[in-house]
Order: sequence, then C-alpha cells, then structure tokens
Amino acid sequence: MSTVAEAARTRERPVSRGRWLRRSPWGRFLTKLPFWLLIAVIFVYALFPFYWAIRSAFTPDGEQFNTPIDYFPKHPTLTNFREALSTSTFQHALINSTIVAGAVTLISLLVGSLAAYALGRFRFRGKSAVLYLMLSMTIFPQIAILGALYTMINDFHLYDTLGALILSYMIFTLPFTVWVLTSFMRGLPGDLEEAAYVDGATPLQVFYKVLLPLIAPGLVTTGLLAFIAAWNEYLYALSFIQTPDHYTVPLAITTFVGKSGSSFQQPWGQIMAATVIVTLPLITATLILQRRILAGLTAGAVKG
Amino acid sequence: MSTVATPAAPPRRRRRSRLQRRQTRLGWLLLIPALAVVGFVAIYPLGKTIYYSFTNQEFLAGIEPTKWVGLQNYRTLWHDSIFRTAIWTTIKFTLITVGFEFVLGMIIALVVNSNFRGRGAMRAVMLVPWAIPTVVAAQMWKWMFDDVYGVINDAGVRLHLLSHSRAWISEPSTALASVCAVDIWKTTPFVALLLLAGLQVIPRDLYEAASVDGASKLQQFWRITLPLLRPAILVTLIFRTLDALRVFDVFYVFFGNRPDTQTMAIYDQTTIVGDGHVGYGGAVSVAIFLIIGVFVVIYVTFMRVTGDE
Repeated sequence: MSTVAEAARTRERPVSRGRWLRRSPWGRFLTKLPFWLLIAVIFVYALFPFYWAIRSAFTPDGEQFNTPIDYFPKHPTLTNFREALSTSTFQHALINSTIVAGAVTLISLLVGSLAAYALGRFRFRGKSAVLYLMLSMTIFPQIAILGALYTMINDFHLYDTLGALILSYMIFTLPFTVWVLTSFMRGLPGDLEEAAYVDGATPLQVFYKVLLPLIAPGLVTTGLLAFIAAWNEYLYALSFIQTPDHYTVPLAITTFVGKSGSSFQQPWGQIMAATVIVTLPLITATLILQRRILAGLTAGAVKG
Repeated sequence: MSTVATPAAPPRRRRRSRLQRRQTRLGWLLLIPALAVVGFVAIYPLGKTIYYSFTNQEFLAGIEPTKWVGLQNYRTLWHDSIFRTAIWTTIKFTLITVGFEFVLGMIIALVVNSNFRGRGAMRAVMLVPWAIPTVVAAQMWKWMFDDVYGVINDAGVRLHLLSHSRAWISEPSTALASVCAVDIWKTTPFVALLLLAGLQVIPRDLYEAASVDGASKLQQFWRITLPLLRPAILVTLIFRTLDALRVFDVFYVFFGNRPDTQTMAIYDQTTIVGDGHVGYGGAVSVAIFLIIGVFVVIYVTFMRVTGDE
C-alpha cells in the first residue's frame, strides 16, 4: 500500500503535539511512538470500566470494601456470580428479558422484512413518504407518548405484564428494522429477481425464495441490533412494570439488593457479577458479528 | 390510496406494466402490518398525548372528573421552575457530551483510519462500550465513582491528581460532569465508528494528488477530509443530539428523580407515572417534542445552507 508519496512523509520532521493530532492519519509515518501511545490510551479508556466490573465481580466482599483498593483480586472467587445468579429477581429478569427481546425481535423482523420488500424492491407512489415516516420514527422521543401508552396499557389490562413491553418496544425496533432492511433489500442486484419472474414466480415466492435468503446476513444483524435495543430498554420497563418477578434485566440491575444485602452498603460485588453476566453474551455476539454490525449501523450515516 | 403505477419507468412491454400495477397493489399490502403497528403504538398515542395536554386527565380517575382545560397546563408549565431547571440540565448535558464525543470521536477515527497492524482488533474493542447496556454502564461507573471505595478516587489520589476523595455523584458541582463521563465513554467509540465509516469511503488518490500538488496535511484535512466527511458528520451530530436530548437512563440510575439533576424526560416520567398527572405530563411531553423539534429545524436549516454543491 505504501506509495512513494507516503514513504516521503516519513522523512518529514516531527511537529508539535497539537498539530500531530490533527494530522493523525499519517501519524505513524511521522513518529511511531506517540501513535502507539495514543492507541494504548484509547484501548485502556474503552476497556477499563469493563475490566473494573470483571475485577470487582471476582473480588470477595472482604477485599471489595478495603482501602487502599486492590487493582487485581488477590483471592479471586466465584461467590459473587453464584449469589447473583441465585437471587430469584435476577433469574426471572434474565428469562423475562429473553422473552421480551426475543418476541420483539421476531415480530419486528417478520413485519419489517415484508415492509422492506415493498420499500426496497417496488416502485410506487407514496413510497418515499413511508420511508420518511419510518426514518422520523427512528428518532421519535419515546417519552413523548409515555402518558398515552400508560393509559392504553392500563385499558388493555396489560399493566405489569411483559405484553406491555413487547407492545411498546415496537416503537423503536420496528421503524429501525424497516429502515435497515430496506437498505439491504435495495443493495441486491435485480437479475435474480428478474430471472425468477421470467420463470413464472409470484412476487411472494420471489420474496421468500430469492430475496430472504440473500439478505439473511442483514436479518441476523438487524435482529441482533433490535434484540440489544429491547434488552437494554429502561424507561418503559420502569414505567409499566411493578412486580419484581416481572422485572427485566435493567430493572433488576438497578434495584439489586443481593442475597445478603444490607441497607448500609450496596452489594457491589454481586451487582458487578450481574452486569458481567448480562453483558458478556452481548459483547460476544457483537464481536462475532462485528463486521456486519458496523455495516448495519453505518448504512444510514455514510450514504447520508 | 394511490395505486397508480409510477410513470417514472416507461414499460418496455405490456406484461411489465401489468406486473408493475400488481406490484403497486402488493407493495401497499405488504406495508399494512408495519403501518398498522406504527400507527397503533406511535401515531395514535402521540395524538392522544396531545389531546391529554389540554385536559386535566389523571391516571387514577375518580378524584375529579376529567374535563377540557384549554391552555391551562401550558400556562402552568411556562412558570414551572423545576421543568425549566430540567431543560437547562438536559441542554447542558447535550452540549457537553455531543461536543466531547464529536472531537474525541474524530481523533479516534483519524487514528484508527491509518493502516496499522491490529486495526481490526481496535475496531472490535471500540464496539465493547457500545454493546454494554446504558443502565449497566451507569452502574459500572457509579461503582467506579463511589466516594469511599471507588477506583476513580483511589487512582486520582495515588496519582496526585486529587488531594482527597470526593463524592462525585452527590456533590452538585461534579454531578453533571460525572454523568457526562458515562455517556462520553459509552458513545464516543460509536461516534468514532460512524466517522470512520465515512473516512473509509474517501478515495486515497485524492490525498496523493493533493500532496503531489504540495498541500500540507493540515490543508488536506480541511480541504479534503472535512468536506467529504460532511454527510457523515451531520448525520452523526443529529442522531447524537436527539439522543442526548431525551436522556433518561444514566441520570435516573445516578440520581433517581433528585430535582436539581433531573432531565426533561425524568421530570415527565415522574409527573406521569409517579404522580399520575397524565394531562399535565402530556403538556410536558409536547414541550419536549417541540424543543427537540427546534434542534431538528436548526440542523436541517444548517444542512440546507451549507449543502449546496
């Protein structure tokens, strides 16, 4: 990759730090050390809080509440994980969140892929209006409809049920799913579709036999993003759920009292163990699918 | 509605035009479920919220019969000093976090955009804060900010950056900064990734041509990188600003609904769910909606003004 022009830059004299930062795409050619230092700083900055959660999760209570604090657990233990997992609220929360996020994701993908098929592959009047509606919905402030949703959910006798959350979470998962899947649908070449039509396939057959398999990676990515969004939601869960047994993960994590929780000191070791438990699957899935997630997340931004 | 085929593409054969008409009908048919859901969970409640804002609706009916009160809620809201504080808290939070996230994100994007071994790993690392739920991130930082056993106090004192431990979250002077720190940590990598995606579609030849012509790196940044990155920058800024204006989770985890550190969303949630004032809360919702709308208009105008190429 390095061309003559780039090689020439290595011979330039070093400049002040402020200017160097602005020139950073070529930073490593100017001088390598500050560049790697900067990389290291970004690395530590991004990961340290997560490291700290892990170290606190493995640290027994006796060491946790000691000053000066240890930066590495001297006697690593799984007690915090065991205790966090054995609280019934947290157990229920894991199940509840899986049900809610799973249902929301499936419904969004089902309804969203049909809409994306229409928006991405068909030409008809009113299409761009629908697209703009979906886009404006993705930035819709959820708080703006809290009052009406609250009374609606009460009228439907859904208050304090998971159904309330599945219904209300569609507000942010569905428009987003439609929007991203539409961009995937649009990116497909037309030839296969044409060939199928020539062979006498109906539009619906084209949809599930030709297009859906082609956008399978897009479905996985979009599904994961919708799942994460639903898994993380807090405002509606806080407003529509009351019984601890119906808590979702974010509610459980913020109200954690722990197995042997005292009112004087929050059980930070157990809370951190719980945060690691709920975060690890998300991080793992994100890292496995990172390329596709980046594509999905940046689809709107780059094409503007 | 309009099921007429678009005249944009003149059909080559009659068969195709019939197909086109059928596709138009099918297109709307396929959209029905999505439009029904959006209508039911977003548009109808929005209308209902606006209606509530002109009534004295309470969640628990029976205290007083619900009646139309005209602009009374809005008049009360205009003089509501708690809401005014909440607006300022939210706007301060928005300006601080979006500013920091943009500058830091840009630096990180430029660094990671250069070719180096481990770039893929770096990008993966940047996704970690993004993948952590906001509430969980807030809890992690709340523990790090702990006044006695927190790592921030400990490290600060050991490195002589702090003379003594501080109660970051409960002290009014540092409360906002501490909550901003969480948001900046969680979102900067995401901003960087969006900008990075924009950087990567800028053709390399442009820089080569520019340096052949004797342009300095700084000139290249201002003349090539920034203009070509503009769409990505604007979209990133818009999404981040709108996100920051409706912030709820971090503040709620850190402060609950402590009046001096409420955001607009927390005040609204407390009014509606905590106090059951659905009507007055509706007026607060409409106000939030309008404030966010003002920001959207500012951005769109800015895009129009600078967007003529």
